[in-house]
Amino acid sequence: MAFLGSMNLAITLLVAVALASIIGTVLQQNQAYGDYLMKFGPYWFEVFRALGLYDVYSAPWFLAILGFLVASTSACVIRNTPGMIREMSDYRLHAQEKSLRGMHEHAEWQVPMSVEAAAIEGRRVLSEAGFDLREKRVSEGYLIAGRKGALQRLGYIFTHVAIVIILIGGVLDSRIWLALKEMSGQLKVETRAVPLSQVPPESHVSPDNPGFRGNVNVPEGEKSSVLFLNVRDGYVVQNLPFTIEVKDFRIEHYINGMPKSYESDLVIHDPASPDQPVEQTISVNKPMIYKGHAIYQASFGDGGSRLGMRSWQLRGQPGVGQGIQGAVFQDIPFTLMGERYTLELNDFRLFNINPVQDESGKVEQKNFGPSMVFRMRDAAGQAREYENYMSPVVMEGRPVFISGVREKIGEPMRYLYLPADREGSLDTFMAYFARLHDAERVGSAVQVMLEEINPEAAKLPAASESIRTMVSRFVEGGYDAIGSDLERRVPQEQLQQAFETSMRVLQTVLGRAYVELMEERGVQDFGAADERFLADAVTAINALALYGSPIYLQMTSFEQIQASGLQITKSPGKGVVYFGSVLLTLGVFMLFYLHPRRAWVLVRKEDVGARVLFATTSHRKSIDMQQAAGQLHETLSERLVGARRIESGTTVAQP
Amino acid sequence: MSATSDVMPQPIGQHAAERSVRALDILWLAAVLVAGFGTLAVFGDQMDGYEIGILIGATLSLAAFGWFWRSVRGLTLAVAVLSAIALWRYGAHFGDQLSVGLEALSAVQGKDFFLKFLVSSQSAIMWMSALYVGATFTYFLALLTRAEYIGRIASVLVWSATAFGFTGLMARWRESYLINVDYGHIPVSNLYEVFILFAVITALIYLFYEGRYRTRNLGGFVMLVISAAVAFLLWYTFDRGANQIQPLVPALNSYWMKIHVPANFIGYGAFALAAMVGIAYLIKHKLGGDGENDRLPKLAVLDDLMYKSIALGFGFFTVATILGAMWAAEAWGGYWSWDPKETWALIVWLNYAAWLHLRLTKGWRGTPMAWWAVVGLFVTTFAFLGVNMFLSGLHSYGTL
Ligand code: HEM
Repeated sequence: MAFLGSMNLAITLLVAVALASIIGTVLQQNQAYGDYLMKFGPYWFEVFRALGLYDVYSAPWFLAILGFLVASTSACVIRNTPGMIREMSDYRLHAQEKSLRGMHEHAEWQVPMSVEAAAIEGRRVLSEAGFDLREKRVSEGYLIAGRKGALQRLGYIFTHVAIVIILIGGVLDSRIWLALKEMSGQLKVETRAVPLSQVPPESHVSPDNPGFRGNVNVPEGEKSSVLFLNVRDGYVVQNLPFTIEVKDFRIEHYINGMPKSYESDLVIHDPASPDQPVEQTISVNKPMIYKGHAIYQASFGDGGSRLGMRSWQLRGQPGVGQGIQGAVFQDIPFTLMGERYTLELNDFRLFNINPVQDESGKVEQKNFGPSMVFRMRDAAGQAREYENYMSPVVMEGRPVFISGVREKIGEPMRYLYLPADREGSLDTFMAYFARLHDAERVGSAVQVMLEEINPEAAKLPAASESIRTMVSRFVEGGYDAIGSDLERRVPQEQLQQAFETSMRVLQTVLGRAYVELMEERGVQDFGAADERFLADAVTAINALALYGSPIYLQMTSFEQIQASGLQITKSPGKGVVYFGSVLLTLGVFMLFYLHPRRAWVLVRKEDVGARVLFATTSHRKSIDMQQAAGQLHETLSERLVGARRIESGTTVAQP
Repeated sequence: MSATSDVMPQPIGQHAAERSVRALDILWLAAVLVAGFGTLAVFGDQMDGYEIGILIGATLSLAAFGWFWRSVRGLTLAVAVLSAIALWRYGAHFGDQLSVGLEALSAVQGKDFFLKFLVSSQSAIMWMSALYVGATFTYFLALLTRAEYIGRIASVLVWSATAFGFTGLMARWRESYLINVDYGHIPVSNLYEVFILFAVITALIYLFYEGRYRTRNLGGFVMLVISAAVAFLLWYTFDRGANQIQPLVPALNSYWMKIHVPANFIGYGAFALAAMVGIAYLIKHKLGGDGENDRLPKLAVLDDLMYKSIALGFGFFTVATILGAMWAAEAWGGYWSWDPKETWALIVWLNYAAWLHLRLTKGWRGTPMAWWAVVGLFVTTFAFLGVNMFLSGLHSYGTL
């Protein structure tokens, strides 16, 4: 007890909690264990896990420190309270003359006044200074005892009791209930990502769980009667005593595209009252309370929007498109040229506000329109992430289809720009791409070209053959492929020149092929725009070599379905904590701004006049106290007409 | 001004004796109440319950504030007049259009004399910055030369800087609506705005003690920390364009913010003041402590001031943290999530709790406590700035 209540322990604990709390702020808490493993490597991962660093604030050792703090504070209060209560109710009328003289701040006068007159002055001075007084007769005189700010002691009690109350309330709202269930073996943490239906009963928590806080995403028009509580590297399912239906979800944007507010129309279906569902709209900062459950608008996301797509083959039969249907969160397996792939649709975004520089170089926020995010996973399990925009975006004056790609999460996206044709569609580009894969057509283009520039060479099949292979190298592997091929065949010193020739030839063939395509499509007014289209198309084909996906997915239609991110809490301790907080606030201000003081005036009859002994003290020594004592002493000696000081305590400020 | 060597705190409002002053007191109350409840009468129907509550609360506390601390009245008047000029100029250009868009606004700010050079939030803030920095030098000059009148000039500079600071916030408030009705909000929502708040509140707390302890010789030290804030503010403005008015993220769109943030900054301000007094203490201690006619107050007085200021800070920081918790309970569904910002608030709070206990129950005084107060400022600064810079969390809006 003495140890628990000791100040040293208290201060040690305060500092200890502070230091321990830092950990959780520098190491991100409750992340997926895989991420930690990657960060720290297997050894430290284990060490940190053992120390509970991934959820410090519910680690046993941390809770133990908090426990000590409660114990220590309680011990402290228990030890000090009785004395303080006693002191608050006591005016110290029994104070002895000796003890008053012994006080640090005291003074004594000889006055030519009657005892009564002196006593009256004494009373007046003290009560004017705000003391409330008690007095008693002593042998041939009076003892007047005053005190003020006694409630400061109450402030101490409030403050410290409040700490205890708040921490207890905190415990009620903590993970303790889950921990208990887990320890008693009633609860198993689910670590697999499986559909709700497959989560075993021992990973469900019954609705009577006294306190919890969890999240659930409910798509528009759907219902949920469970929550997911993340626990370490897994989760448990919290069953609710009612079903929440999200009838509608709405989001408003500021003109710069930032979300301004979002809200959900909720319907609560309660088996206890099946025929009258409760309807309410919640929004950020405006939660709903139902039967002790607080339902918050926490976030929003996609609820499985339906997407219409056109999948353009980049390998196999390049440029051949085929319509497919899908929905966000759906995985679509397919096979192409004997290779198995999985298309994982991850997200749909209606707005994409991005900063873009216009010709004048000034940056403005521009809406790129809808986009879809997906992963393309190969048989080996390797995946790349893509973000494809639905409609062409005007970049440097020409419309392009944008597709972002990255190997790893967190990497910046690299972008592929496919030029849109006059109708704003991909068809021309894909047709051109297909054409370049078509050996026959390329062959004829090459022939025509050779006839024009070099009839001799046109006669040798080898010449046109080698040009054809160069073109197919290009469409498969871009300029690099051609470069590395030359490096293999051409001696170093001629490499540069050979490369330039090849490029010239290549460009001509590509141009030729494009013109033929235009002619087939009956385009007469072949103009600058088409020139640029060709240039862009060639750049794009070169880039496609690094694109990594066997198909190009073009979003053609969508039906957005949003999901409302709800957080639902049941916190039995909230009231307790709030009560404690009020108590704490009161207590702290009482402690700081009530200045406890006691003062005495002892009047004794003398042969002539009277003797007045004044003393004042406080358990809180401070400059203000001294000064107030000084003023009190001063006024008193002024009031005591003709007083002659006998002696006075050293520290009382001399008037 | 050897008077400073043995200053004693003046009980507030003690010298409120003369009759003329009484009349002024009444006048003040009348003015504030009329202004406050006048506003309520005019705009009341456009406000919701909380806004009305906040308006009434603000009115009453301002009334009380000025009643007990006269100098606040001059400040209030100055801010009122300057803000009125700003509103008048904007009114002159835009009539009663609520919103005109950024281009129109900047155009007018560029060509209207008053706005360009005085009372648009941007120029008011620049005035504030310049005046605070000026005050810093002036205070130190006064300290070196022991020239009373230079000290007085310094105080005037601080008062005016503070007036401009508040004006800047007022103007910014109006401007946020002018840019876009949706954007409109009280400017206490992002790092840029709260830095201004920090400067003016710290200055006010200092000015209060300057009057109370009748010494100007601590001014330089306190203004140092304010100048640092100003320096950051300028870097933040010119390097990051942080002065652009941004709309509120949904979570911030809450009446709690309007009381949580100011309460917090009274705390930060008081802690900063304590730290600077601590530095003054350490310097004086190093120079041999109390002497015959030294410039700085007695060590005991500095120590006491340090305590008072930390106590003040602790009180308001407690309130602010509690308000923050209640806000979090509404915005995120839990009054405590161990989010870095929350956690660091707790760390700061515990740190000062330990400080108070050592001083009070162990009777520690002087050098160690001064050092601790200084360290405390670093902890506080991290909680207030470092967290937003280095740690991710729910509070991620305020980021640099
Ligand atoms: C988080 C925990 C605590 C907080 C926030 C806290 C807060 C405070 C505050 C604000 C004061 C007033 C300081 C002043 O007036 O300058 C105080 C005083 C005091 N505290 Fe604590 N305290 C805590 C824990 C403890 C513990 C564990 C003990 C027991 C050893 C304790 C013992 C005291 C004592 C003896 C005083 C002096 C009261 C007086 O003389 O008026 N405190 N505390």
